[in-house]
Amino acid sequence: MGDPFGVYVHVPFCASRCDYCAFASWTDRDHLMARYAAACVTELGRAAAAEALPAATTVFFGGGTPSRLPGELLAEILGAVARRPGAEVTAECNPEGATPALFASWRAAGVTRVSFGVQSMSPHVLAGLGRRHDPAAVPGAVALAGEAGFEVNVDLIFGGPGESDGDWAATLAAVLALEPRPAHVSAYALTVEPGTPLAADRARHPDEDVQARRYAMADAALGGAGLRWYEVSNWAVPGHECRHNTLYWRQGDYRGIGCAAHSHRRGRRWWNVRTPERYVAAVEEGRSPVAAEETLDADRRAFEALALALRTAEGVPADALDDEPELRPLLSRRGDRVVLTLRGRLLADELSRRLRVPTILPA
Amino acid sequence: MLDPATIRNFSIISHVDHGKSTLSDRILELTEAVDPRLMREQYLDSMDIERERGITIKAQNVRVQWKGHVLHLIDTPGHVDFGYEVSRSLAACEGAVLLVDASQGIQAQTLATSYQALEHDLEIVAALNKIDLPAADPDRYAAEIEQVLGIPARDILHISAKTGDGVAALLDAVVGRVPPPTGDREAPLRTLIFDSSYDQYRGVVSSVRVFDGTLRATARLRYMQAGSVHDVEEIGVRSPSASPVTELGPGEVGYLIAGIKDLSEARSGETVTEAAHPAAQALAGYRDPKPMVFCGLYPIDGDELPELREALERLRLNDSSFTFEPESSGALGFGFRCGFLGLLHMEIVRERLEREFDLSLIATAPSVAYTAVLTEGGERRFDNPSEMPEASAVDHVDEPMLKATLIVPSEYIGTVMDLCQSRRGELDRMEYISPERMELVYRIPLAEVVVDFFDQLKSRTKGYASLDYEPDGYQTANLVKVDLLINHVPVDAFSTIVHKSQADSYGRRMTEKLRELIPRQLFDVPIQAAVGGRIIARETVKAKRKDVLAKCYGGDITRKRKLLERQKEGKKKMKAIGRVEVPQEAFISALRLED
Repeated sequence: MGDPFGVYVHVPFCASRCDYCAFASWTDRDHLMARYAAACVTELGRAAAAEALPAATTVFFGGGTPSRLPGELLAEILGAVARRPGAEVTAECNPEGATPALFASWRAAGVTRVSFGVQSMSPHVLAGLGRRHDPAAVPGAVALAGEAGFEVNVDLIFGGPGESDGDWAATLAAVLALEPRPAHVSAYALTVEPGTPLAADRARHPDEDVQARRYAMADAALGGAGLRWYEVSNWAVPGHECRHNTLYWRQGDYRGIGCAAHSHRRGRRWWNVRTPERYVAAVEEGRSPVAAEETLDADRRAFEALALALRTAEGVPADALDDEPELRPLLSRRGDRVVLTLRGRLLADELSRRLRVPTILPA
Repeated sequence: MLDPATIRNFSIISHVDHGKSTLSDRILELTEAVDPRLMREQYLDSMDIERERGITIKAQNVRVQWKGHVLHLIDTPGHVDFGYEVSRSLAACEGAVLLVDASQGIQAQTLATSYQALEHDLEIVAALNKIDLPAADPDRYAAEIEQVLGIPARDILHISAKTGDGVAALLDAVVGRVPPPTGDREAPLRTLIFDSSYDQYRGVVSSVRVFDGTLRATARLRYMQAGSVHDVEEIGVRSPSASPVTELGPGEVGYLIAGIKDLSEARSGETVTEAAHPAAQALAGYRDPKPMVFCGLYPIDGDELPELREALERLRLNDSSFTFEPESSGALGFGFRCGFLGLLHMEIVRERLEREFDLSLIATAPSVAYTAVLTEGGERRFDNPSEMPEASAVDHVDEPMLKATLIVPSEYIGTVMDLCQSRRGELDRMEYISPERMELVYRIPLAEVVVDFFDQLKSRTKGYASLDYEPDGYQTANLVKVDLLINHVPVDAFSTIVHKSQADSYGRRMTEKLRELIPRQLFDVPIQAAVGGRIIARETVKAKRKDVLAKCYGGDITRKRKLLERQKEGKKKMKAIGRVEVPQEAFISALRLED
């Protein structure tokens, strides 16, 4: 078995748009779904021929809302992805979109893992995020996923407007009480992305000190339940880490399919046009959907590798950072590597800026 | 050579905006000195900044003909910073036109210059200008001039320089009332330099007035104060375009070029005589210009230091009254300690550096020259707070004082006295110059005037108060140096000398300001103000708790890497104060707020 290889498929369709979202997603383009899926299949076919794509070890359907795509369309796309035995195949799912029929079709197509966009279990916190779903749907959705034999991830957001420490503690407890208990949780500090409705509303901007506190609460709750931190915003029961995302953080190779999807092969990064109609048009007309690309020089690549690794439990070689007194509480030594402490994880970008580059690439 | 009996030498004493430049323009037109097609506004003010600010810095002179007489109009600098230059210009004259805005009345500085003119025994021809304005009240302000200067109201002319009304009568009055110059044609040459400027092709060009003897185009000259000898290259008169002449006799005003490259060899007040037949005594009144106000000037971009040095050197060719020497600051890097005649002078130099040499500068808070009397005897002079000797070594510190004269409408007396008192001023005297206006004379520390006193005065009196000041010796004061410490490391750029009673409030203000400006670090950063070893104010920049992007997946990697690269670049531009990284902008903002 060779190096891992990932395929990412972007599904840009949403029922409604959340106030914090800066992803390539649209609420009014559902009529494009069939043509979009066909275009993804076409792009995959061309890539397989032109780029000698290895068979995938992981596949990830992200969005947007992949669960909005009719099951057979997702199956059509997945069917076009050459996969190695035991491949991890994740699809993101809105809790209210979970149905036995959808999950059955996913299962049949080869999906192994479902990632639920839960964000919060408090209705008023969801409202503050401009997110329109009912948390009451979550236990049923997770149960359905468990029955279908999927690995389950739950995505959470903390630090939103109107959220108290108590709200956040309750959300964490509720998620850990789900049946079956998710073996993987991603918890994200609410981020103000330029151009979003949230960005325009300063009163709803999160306080960094509050976010730092909530992060520590998450780490305590999840760690106490046996979910180990393995990337800044990700916790998993050992052995249940997301292999696809781990590939990103190890600077591995992956191919992005669909609008706005990013690809990486050995230091060359490129990405597709942002809107679904331009993407569909390009593919249907036999043109390349690539919007732009960059090739990293050795120094940049080395820096990127370190900055990515620093965010993970793998850490970086100890000599990538100077031994300064103010850094000591932020790093813990593991053999010849250093790994972020709880405080350090919250300051990963500050530490990234201090990385010594060029230095030895991590093995 | 002119018959001195036909010569009238006079200057115009006037406040900013009271119409001096407009009057000069009218005189040039009326005497047909300038071709009407070439006439432009403020003809005599050659520099951009002067024209924009409506003030004259360098004295100019112009020769015009009027009804069989030769008039030399000697322009005087229009600002208190250049008081010494004003006195040299007055010394070249027998008379002065006092020009007062008929809607505003005489201002403190004009009054002070008028007193100076009287001390020089100048004949003052007073004129109320702008009588065409609806707000003009010439009778009221004529009475005021009579009250303060003893010039009978009936002798005060009413003119409008704008319309030209009364300007001919004013010239007639100059001819009629200003005495002609006297001087001994046979005596050894004595010529006064009352202004010098630098021309890149000709070197130093001096404005001169001959008192005794004859200045010849072939002469070898001795500069009596500078102690140097130079051959005349050219002498001439400006009318207003320059035309060379072969000689200038007693009473004549003109220009002199003698191959001098350094302005400091031909300063205002210099006496020029003939090397072969020198005068026994120089003309009275020469003084070395002494800087009164100091600040550090630093390039915002440290790479521009050589450009700043070159610009300062070139500016100094034109202005020998400011000084500079290299200094370095932990916070601001390398720059220059500069000395100026006053605040306006400082502003003008800084503005010219930025405008004419395209430099971006940061200036430290203005300071003055103190004298520390040491316990072991001896004195040490310092104008940079970071050079103040240790308190234990100092017996006491003397600070420079001013005699400040203010003319204030009666309704603002209270607020002006409050201001002066809060700035440690001592009232010397006050008197009515008219039922509506008072003259106040204070003794006040210069250091209190250099920090926004003038702005405060203007805003408290809606611009109606005017201020003049002159140096008035030194006075012992209870002064302390307030240091600002970031994470226990003193930041020299923020050290300031203040009176002990003001130390706490200054310390509180600055620590609060810096707390807002300094970005959060990986650890708590104390910001302290200290006098000696004693902390008088403290704030804390709390350690930052979170600096991490939440999401970093396939599509985020490029964006994140670019962001980090940009931030890494930004980090290089930070100044390190001990272990604390401070962006240059934080220093700049803190110092700007000090203005």
